[in-house]
Amino acid sequence: MNTASIFAMTGTALFVAGMAGLILQAHLLRKIISFNIMGSGVFLALLGLAQRDGAPDPVPQAMVLTGIVVSIAATALALALARRLLNLTGRMHLPRGARDD
Amino acid sequence: MSALGFDLLLALALLWSALRAMSTPDLFRAVVLFIVFGLLMALAWARLDAPDIALAEAAIGAGLAGALMLDTVGHLRSRESRGRR
Amino acid sequence: MNLLLRVLLSGALGALGLALGRAMLAMLAQPAPALRLAAHANEQLGASGVRHPVTAVLLNFRGYDTLLEIAVLLLALLGVLAVSRSAPASGQRARAPPQALLWSMARTLAPLMVLVAAYLLWAGARQPGGAFQAGAVLAAMAVLLYLAGLMPPWNEPGLALRAALAAGFLLFLAVAAALLRHGALLAYPAPLAGALILAIEAGLTLSLGLMLAGLYLWLPDEHEEFDN
Repeated sequence: MNTASIFAMTGTALFVAGMAGLILQAHLLRKIISFNIMGSGVFLALLGLAQRDGAPDPVPQAMVLTGIVVSIAATALALALARRLLNLTGRMHLPRGARDD
Repeated sequence: MSALGFDLLLALALLWSALRAMSTPDLFRAVVLFIVFGLLMALAWARLDAPDIALAEAAIGAGLAGALMLDTVGHLRSRESRGRR
Repeated sequence: MNLLLRVLLSGALGALGLALGRAMLAMLAQPAPALRLAAHANEQLGASGVRHPVTAVLLNFRGYDTLLEIAVLLLALLGVLAVSRSAPASGQRARAPPQALLWSMARTLAPLMVLVAAYLLWAGARQPGGAFQAGAVLAAMAVLLYLAGLMPPWNEPGLALRAALAAGFLLFLAVAAALLRHGALLAYPAPLAGALILAIEAGLTLSLGLMLAGLYLWLPDEHEEFDN
């Protein structure tokens, strides 16, 4: 039970909690927050698992750095689309019964 | 306080702030809790001997993402206050 | 989402959580893996051109990942631009008049932030730092200037802004293409590695700062019910 193990387990818990928030909540901004928490959980799990011997490992650290930048890109795009939807429909929820007939 | 005790407390704080951010009914509070979560993540990265990630998480994950979301909450509130729903 | 579905989903998620927790515990109990990338990376650090292992991995050993990451960020920015305002909105969202404290703080902090960004870029070769951290500080400076009223909102980007946004990625791509002629992708020749990495990081810092600031400043605004 060392530092990395604790954070690896925390990352797993954050991932599941984020997934629960993403699926069970309807408000788009809350979905985006949950999706970010999921991403952070994945990064913690990745680095915690890789460094379970205690030695810092630069390769997964570089991967997590890349992951953080990609996740902010996805967050910004999601927020832009959500705001566009807000401007068009007035609500921050996906339209009900939207289907391609 | 031992280092492991600090790690356990930090892990608990991470989980608590994440769960509260997702469950609180007020959106502004949710975004503020998300920023707190981001800063606690920066602490976690520092504990994992990853200072580059800690810098990037604090600047990008907490700072920029928080600013984006706060802007959206403000946008939502100004729409509601002007009566357009 | 009706109650029954919520209960079922919550149950499924709880089961997933337990399964993942057990899997993670099992993985943590495994012995150290046979392939130790950290050892390999530290061995080759001398030939990589920089002295900080994370920078070496990011810009040299796994430089291809970084190249594609910048491309992804650029694509996301294009997506944000596609749904944002295309002309200066006449009845713009009422910007609060600049407050004296925010204004003077922004004026004092902005040059310091440029200095910090330059230091982070330079120090990334031997200490924690590098292009991403420096770019994030520059973006934060741009957002601060905008919020203090010292920078006007960004409308349709002109040619100069577009060129600056793409410059980092294009520079990286040009270096990769030039090196491809000599065999492997992004295999820097050892004497030039440090200089090439610094040049690429400088371009990335500028572009990243602009891209991250653009992600904030180009978010769709109120009066945009245009009809394309």
